[in-house]
Amino acid sequence: MSVVPAGTLYRGKVGMWSWVLHRVSGVAIFFFLLVHVLDTALVRVSPEAYDIVIQSYKTPIIGLAELGLVGAILFHGLNGVRIILVDFWSKGTRYQNAMFWIVLVLAVGITAYFTPGHLERILEF
Amino acid sequence: MSVQIEIPNSPRKEKVTNWEKYGWLYMRISGPLLIVLIFTHVFVNLFTGEGIKQIDFAFVAGKWADPFWQWWDVSMLWLALIHGTLGMRTIINDYTEKPKLRTGLVGTLWSVSGALILLGTLVVFTFDPCPATADPNLLPSFCEAIASN
Ligand code: HEM
Ligand code: HEM
Repeated sequence: MSVVPAGTLYRGKVGMWSWVLHRVSGVAIFFFLLVHVLDTALVRVSPEAYDIVIQSYKTPIIGLAELGLVGAILFHGLNGVRIILVDFWSKGTRYQNAMFWIVLVLAVGITAYFTPGHLERILEF
Repeated sequence: MSVQIEIPNSPRKEKVTNWEKYGWLYMRISGPLLIVLIFTHVFVNLFTGEGIKQIDFAFVAGKWADPFWQWWDVSMLWLALIHGTLGMRTIINDYTEKPKLRTGLVGTLWSVSGALILLGTLVVFTFDPCPATADPNLLPSFCEAIASN
């Protein structure tokens, strides 16, 4: 027996893909945060230890990963607001589709706006 | 054979505390707070001034000289790690089938997060901006005034 869903708020289309992106970005930020608390903790070891490890954040490869992090945190945060509006706002379900595209445009737009300056800083290093 | 699902809006029968509900609510209350805390954090540290190039020991010392940023970072630490841990718990619950594996993973998750919350909080409140043995060139400028006293 095969069931072909026409797509609901959460299955197929925007509802599902926003969920996938929200999950993947949440996990990525979580693992970044685990490392980030440890690297910040190096200020209690010595200024030398902290500065040496933070140097690696200024290299081209990790610098590029930081662009991904900025995009992920923007998407996850803004889409989180969308989820909250779907749950608590009476018109949330009606506008969930439009809100997804607003979230995506804002996340991509702000990341793109930040990219040139950041690239300049990590590449001249 | 169809699966029986209880009517979605039927009232809860158990009289014990509904922890799942409070977890769900926590995600939705911490979220907007985290937007303010994290977006500001990334804006100040990465978007303004010299961006990533300005980050070093002296930069951190400059920020934590102000209790405002100390409390900012500690609030962000607690809210974000608990939010992330509850989120990861949901994901573990979704993908694990064996109860023992599930309990083991969730237990490990909370232990790691708990340890990092403790560590991060101690780091902020026991921070010494002018360690005596360090190279003075790496320290914030206000350490000179203290050293020459
Ligand atoms: C690449 C982007 C980032 C950079 C360059 C950065 C840099 C820093 C720096 C220099 C500190 C030391 C204190 C301060 O400046 O306030 C710090 C602390 C902290 N950051 Fe970030 N950060 C970034 C992204 C994030 C993100 C996305 C989060 C949240 C998920 C976060 C959470 C924290 C927390 C919780 C602390 C305090 C740690 C502690 O209590 O020991 N940071 N960060
Ligand atoms: C920037 C502000 C943030 C907002 C507005 C936000 C909002 C949300 C919301 C509303 C949910 C859905 C919860 C549910 O469906 O019950 C969620 C899930 C999640 N969040 Fe966040 N969040 C933010 C930051 C973070 C951070 C910093 C982390 C990592 C440390 C994180 C990790 C997660 C994870 C892992 C999930 C679970 C995803 C899933 O179940 O598919 N979030 N977030």
